[in-house]
Amino acid sequence: MDPLDIARWQFGITTVYHFMMVPLTIGLGLVVATLQTMWHRTGREEYLRMTKFWGKLFLINFIMGVATGIVQEFQFGMAWSEYSRFVGDVFGAPLAMEALVAFFMESVFLGLWIFGWKRLPARVHLAAIWCAVIGSVFSAYFILAANAWMQHPVGVEMVDGRPVMNDIWAVLTNNTLLVHFPHTLAGALSVAGSFLLGIAWFHLWKRRRDGIDTVSADGSVVVGTTGSKGRDETDYRVWYRSLRWGAWIALVAFLGTAFTGHAQAQLMIHQQPLKMAAAEAACHDGTAFSVLSVANPRTEGATDCDDVVGVFEIPGLLSFLAHNDFTTDVAGVNTLIPQYQEAYGTHLPDDPMYGERAGQEIDYLPVMEVTYWGFRIMITFGGLAALAAAIALWVTRRGTVPDSRPLMRLAVLGILAPFGANAAGWIFTEMGRQPFVVVPNPDPTGIDQVWMYTAAAVSPGVGAGELLFSLIALTTVYAVLMVVEVVLLTRYVKGGVPAGMPELTAGEHDDHDEDHGPDGGPGGSDARRDDADVLAFAY
Amino acid sequence: MTPEMTTEFLPTLWFALVAVLWTGYLFLDGFDLGVGMLMRGWARNESRRRVLLNTIGPVWDGNEVWLITAAGATFAAFPLWYAALFAGLYIPLTVALLALILRAVSIEYRGKSRTARTRDVWDWCLAGGSAVAAFSVGLLLAVCTTGLPLNANGDRVGGPFAWLTGEGILGGFAVVGFALAMGWAYLGLKTDGAPRQAAHRHLTRWLPLYLLPMGAWAVVVVSRDGGLIPWALLAMALGAALGAWTAARSRREGWTFVALGASLVAGAAGIFLAVFPVVLPSTLDPAFHLTAQNASSSPYTLTVMSWVAVVFVPLILAYSAYVYWVFRRRLAETHIPESHVVTPL
Ligand code: HDD
Ligand code: HEM
Ligand code: HEM
Repeated sequence: MDPLDIARWQFGITTVYHFMMVPLTIGLGLVVATLQTMWHRTGREEYLRMTKFWGKLFLINFIMGVATGIVQEFQFGMAWSEYSRFVGDVFGAPLAMEALVAFFMESVFLGLWIFGWKRLPARVHLAAIWCAVIGSVFSAYFILAANAWMQHPVGVEMVDGRPVMNDIWAVLTNNTLLVHFPHTLAGALSVAGSFLLGIAWFHLWKRRRDGIDTVSADGSVVVGTTGSKGRDETDYRVWYRSLRWGAWIALVAFLGTAFTGHAQAQLMIHQQPLKMAAAEAACHDGTAFSVLSVANPRTEGATDCDDVVGVFEIPGLLSFLAHNDFTTDVAGVNTLIPQYQEAYGTHLPDDPMYGERAGQEIDYLPVMEVTYWGFRIMITFGGLAALAAAIALWVTRRGTVPDSRPLMRLAVLGILAPFGANAAGWIFTEMGRQPFVVVPNPDPTGIDQVWMYTAAAVSPGVGAGELLFSLIALTTVYAVLMVVEVVLLTRYVKGGVPAGMPELTAGEHDDHDEDHGPDGGPGGSDARRDDADVLAFAY
Repeated sequence: MTPEMTTEFLPTLWFALVAVLWTGYLFLDGFDLGVGMLMRGWARNESRRRVLLNTIGPVWDGNEVWLITAAGATFAAFPLWYAALFAGLYIPLTVALLALILRAVSIEYRGKSRTARTRDVWDWCLAGGSAVAAFSVGLLLAVCTTGLPLNANGDRVGGPFAWLTGEGILGGFAVVGFALAMGWAYLGLKTDGAPRQAAHRHLTRWLPLYLLPMGAWAVVVVSRDGGLIPWALLAMALGAALGAWTAARSRREGWTFVALGASLVAGAAGIFLAVFPVVLPSTLDPAFHLTAQNASSSPYTLTVMSWVAVVFVPLILAYSAYVYWVFRRRLAETHIPESHVVTPL
């Protein structure tokens, strides 16, 4: 196998995997910090319980983000050393800043938050979670700055064939970044919204199934209790409020992705016109947005895509997406490819850095099936989640969810939709820039002469065997850990609030308790209470 | 500053900063890697293991960020060094990543397992992961002093195992040994009861052995390239190590820890100085050596990064110190709350 292909698969798999954790960390982190703020302000019990419960799930997910992030950081040097050499002067800076500005803040304050319950003054403890969450958001900003630079190089000049940074401010205010960042944040919130919605739905449904909550004749909820604190009236408020919050977050976040996505498309049309054309499977210039196009565009050689058939198109929409009016043509593949060939050549240079590929013809068209469907899956899944949220708001307006198992299943399954949208969005963004790893920008705000082919980026000294070893090892470990994470999340979800807040039901255990763990031993709970300020929480 | 001064001065400054980051990593993650290894190496029952785990609980992730920052800063300031080193050590770094992943996850997840069996698996991940991570970092640092068969472009030739040398392995053991010593010293400082006693016993008896590979490696490096100052620093490191041993014998736990740290700082400074300005030698041709000069980023990038470091490094040190202060009290088995079994509602 070709090292380049393995390296690309590896980067794709590990990054998409990392980005399964990332949006939940960012989105849920913001939610948990807000919940704790609400608790701090109102002193209401349900906010404390919500903070603890969602905070627990947040932590289970967070650690996987940390573990997989390190792989990302090392991978540039390991598998893409030629890339690292080429871009290091400008690309390394945001990565190092991310570590110095964001990661330290995120991890140090999160440690303080986890172990700081009861140990710290309430305000300081609240500040700790906000610092951690702000750290996450900063980290997103810096890493996206690095990524935006690959999509749209700015702030550099070419010296001896390498881009050398001459304006950090330009890199940190890259217009691509300024739309990337809110879009990604909105996407993260969309994940958090559906997550809250699905899980809270499950619990409200469970309360109905267990006969705790009932519904009166006019359809409004009658809240009950089992007497246990884990299932009292406050518990109902925990879930109902989580559900409403989740649904609103999902809705607003989707609107956020739509607006910012629109802004992205408008930049893309200038910065990476071929990506836009490929996303539309648009061979010819036109104004219509394709809802469904079929046929294999690549049967007749790479640049011949004339056999794509638009099955259903919305006239003018593409033009609106790109130019804000309904009549300006958007350039198609057949128009663009000759432009690219003229600007960047038809064949890879005969340079040893391209290995076997030296002198090969360049295929400027990204894999159209991927860009086309990636774009549509992103929008559709995001839209479905938002639609579900709107319906949920309506259905639960009387205070609880219907007593229907299939509906509950659907709500839980719906958690996956925004994850899918996020993955699809990245795959579209990243594969749509092929064959470049650093994309040349015809746009006047970009620097035209800076680009790099993916084929030149891979580590020349690393063999297929090494890459295959790491690909298999990482994928295997990742697969196992995904199962572990989902099992743990499920267990903590099913455990409800007491799972994240053992103190809640601590005194009640005796009556309904089969699997009490091995006894705590002597010392008893009184001794422990004295020591609460040594360790209010323990792993 | 004149342009010459910036082109000379900034790479040197950043070489020093990268050295500080690696040393900081060894110092801080050193003890939690050590404690991680002791999860299986010494702690034989559940309550002891939980004491150990909770001594590092609030701080281990922040400590690991030193590694991420060391790598990121190397990338930003010396892209050619980062590229040659990380690609050259492809296999050991893959193994290190797997170790770091399993270790991180097991810290968070072990307490959430329901059976003793799964807890055991996590414990092995934690102990093994810590040992392998420590070894790999040592190997990586040792390779920076012994070199790789690099060609003119900075690519490793000679196959996937070309990094394998005796000195690299010595470096690996050096960090494992040092981490164990630090781990014990930290437990002496942070716990009460059995672990504290054990720390005293172990350090009294075995401290020189733990530090032996580190000393051997330092002597190998410095006797190859070093001048007077590196030798002087090594002598200081030796002095500090002896001080640590004396302190350990007389149960001065704070001093043991500090002296071990001082010994690391002096030793690392000696080693880094001995090799400077070479950051990664080529074993094929001295002309292909990567140096702080020829591997560095442009003065502009280094200036920007210097400002970021000037502002943020003190800040990071301040809030990290605050967290250590908050969690300064000793832990004992009696402090550990009963473990919590999650059952479905
Ligand atoms: C939009 C956001 C985003 C994106 C695109 C990426 N990450 Fe990430 N990363 C985060 C957002 C994030 C985060 C939210 O800050 C995480 C997730 C969970 C966590 O612990 O922090 C994180 C963790 C994380 C860590 C561990 C930090 C720690 O120990 O605290 C590292 C080293 C990286 N990432 C590195 C990368 C690299 C090199 C990426 C590029 C390929 C990357 N991440 C993509
Ligand atoms: C976390 C969100 C991200 C996702 C899901 C993602 C996804 C992908 C995918 C799917 C590929 C493979 C493309 C292909 O094989 O054609 C890829 C490649 C790549 N991405 Fe990203 N990416 C993300 C963020 C980033 C960031 C933030 C950077 C830079 C800082 C980056 C840099 C790269 C590089 C260097 C490659 C390898 C070259 C290539 O194959 O195109 N990615 N990414
Ligand atoms: C109407 C809705 C949307 C539109 C018009 C839209 C548009 C876009 C565009 C044009 C890009 C490519 C940017 C580039 O390559 O430069 C993109 C990327 C992306 N989209 Fe969307 N999007 C929408 C909805 C969503 C939703 C609902 C999510 C997730 C829940 C999402 C997540 C992402 C992600 C993660 C990326 C890659 C990161 C980035 O480039 O910012 N998008 N989107």
